[in-house]
Amino acid sequence: MNRRRARAAFGLAVALSAAAPAWAGSVMRDDLQREVRLPANPQRIISMVPSLTEIVCALGACDRLVATDRYSNWPAQAKALPKAGGFEDAEVERLISLRPDLILLSRSQRITERLGEFGVVSFALQTESYADIGHAVQAIGQILGVADRASRLNEAIEQAVREIGAKALAQRHGDGPSVYVEVDPTPYAAGPSSFIGELLARLGARNIVTSELGPFPKLNPEYVVQRNPEVIFISPAEATQLAQRPGWEQIRAVKEHRLCSFPPDVRDTIVRPGPRVAQGMRAMADCLARVAP
Amino acid sequence: MSTPQPAVAQLDSAHNGADRLTRLGTWLACCLTITLLLTCGSLIVGTSSIETSLGWLLSPDAQSAVVLWEIRLPRTVGAWFAGALLGLSGAIAQGVFRNPLAEPYLLGTASGAALGVTLSLLAASASVGALAWAEKLGVTGAACLGACAAIALTVGLSRGVLQTASLLLSGIVVAFLLSAVTSLLLLTKPDIWREMQTFLLGSTAFVSWSSVTLLAIVFCVCAVPALLLARGLDALTLGEDTAQSLGLSLPMLRLTLLGVVSLGTATAVGQVGIVGFVGLVAPHLVRETLSVNHRQLLIGAALCGGALLQAADLLCRWIIRPAELPVGAVTACVGGVYLTVLLWRRSRDG
Repeated sequence: MNRRRARAAFGLAVALSAAAPAWAGSVMRDDLQREVRLPANPQRIISMVPSLTEIVCALGACDRLVATDRYSNWPAQAKALPKAGGFEDAEVERLISLRPDLILLSRSQRITERLGEFGVVSFALQTESYADIGHAVQAIGQILGVADRASRLNEAIEQAVREIGAKALAQRHGDGPSVYVEVDPTPYAAGPSSFIGELLARLGARNIVTSELGPFPKLNPEYVVQRNPEVIFISPAEATQLAQRPGWEQIRAVKEHRLCSFPPDVRDTIVRPGPRVAQGMRAMADCLARVAP
Repeated sequence: MSTPQPAVAQLDSAHNGADRLTRLGTWLACCLTITLLLTCGSLIVGTSSIETSLGWLLSPDAQSAVVLWEIRLPRTVGAWFAGALLGLSGAIAQGVFRNPLAEPYLLGTASGAALGVTLSLLAASASVGALAWAEKLGVTGAACLGACAAIALTVGLSRGVLQTASLLLSGIVVAFLLSAVTSLLLLTKPDIWREMQTFLLGSTAFVSWSSVTLLAIVFCVCAVPALLLARGLDALTLGEDTAQSLGLSLPMLRLTLLGVVSLGTATAVGQVGIVGFVGLVAPHLVRETLSVNHRQLLIGAALCGGALLQAADLLCRWIIRPAELPVGAVTACVGGVYLTVLLWRRSRDG
């Protein structure tokens, strides 16, 4: 049900964005609900969110970027660009001195007003869920004047994701494995409403965390022991120490070593709602196919 | 006419002494009963319903036995020992500094532990060669080591432990300095913010029997010298000069007691993170309800601190179950409300 809803939301976002008139050089509403007057065909862009940087580059406009945030590390061309701070500590002075036509931001970054005081145009986009990817790709496509390419990218993403999901479901007999996704070892989990949770649901896995607990709940560790997941997604450093947690050696995934850990570059594709979502999903599907009972 | 008066005074004094002892006995019995009730309560409070937990207690299967005896029981016993260490350290710190607002983190332990944990988390995520030792050390070891390093820095800056004002000032300087370094490091790696925040707010989630053993040993190691030196703390309440004129070796007394505070706090912080207010509030709770000397205060503060952290642990896993709150947030709320009431009562009574 959730999978169908997510697919419908993605499709709707793509359809609505594609049906909109050409916005370049006109006024466009961002995800902060601001009417932003955009420059026509911007050539000096700064992206302050890794997933938005990846979208700009996937639309073939990497050469229009003049700087990014310090966490934008893909593709190599974006990694080599000057860095203008991070999520909470964007360097306003550097941003202004680079004389950008446009700055792409996350909805929760709090520098839009300050940038506005200096006459710098900023455009905020929400990139938290799978549906947000389609919306962000189409919006950036419109801004860059490559709306057709954006539509094609969205179609390619949706098709790849659908194929990976269908293949995973076809290979499975019976119920999908029960999974626990650990965001950090304190322990915070990724719930079904998080981005990773959405992708896992599309792969037919059953999250042990229920949706009413929110996207990233801090769990009582005994909850995980009681739910006894069959597969655990965890960082490589923590994977070796799981059996030392009190009572966790009894968990089926730990006993049978059914653990999925990814190196940082693969992890980025899994946690970033960006154009490489299919790659991240494939990595998770491959691991599930390998370790799930 | 004059002879009966001393006899009456003696009788009164003996009566008062017996009364105080009875009161102390009742208080200790109450505290121990509360601890016992909280320990029993902790076995039936968790992510499952109370009825289910009671069923487990009556007929446990393999999985429920793990939850009851490997997760819930060590958690509550560990919380008691950590709270007792903080309560004891708080009572000693208030006695040594002769300041009712003194607390165990005064020597920079909390900031040092936070920096140690940050370094260990950075090492784990970055695998920087130079920081490989920190990764091996783990969060607990790094916190303990960081706390000890901070204390050494504080004592070094104040050139010993003799000057109270200088020691307090050094503690504040070290705390600010190390916090600033921690903040700067965190800015470079926001991924570890959430884990760091959990440490800063305290967590009893992963206390195991090995943690309990360590906490219990350190508690014994701290409690024995503290109780032996309690008379020195009584003498210190009369002022440092008077205490010295009574034949007390002030440097030895302060060094030993501050060593106890450091060891107790560093161990507690290493196991359960930075739990605020327990060390500050526990001695006040004892003094508010009893008129005690320092030996009784130290015992009372340890019992009280243990029960406080046990209660906070129980609340944090019950309020939003199956999720849980940071235990330090609960102690801060309860402790903050208690101190506000205390201040209000004192200002009302003049």
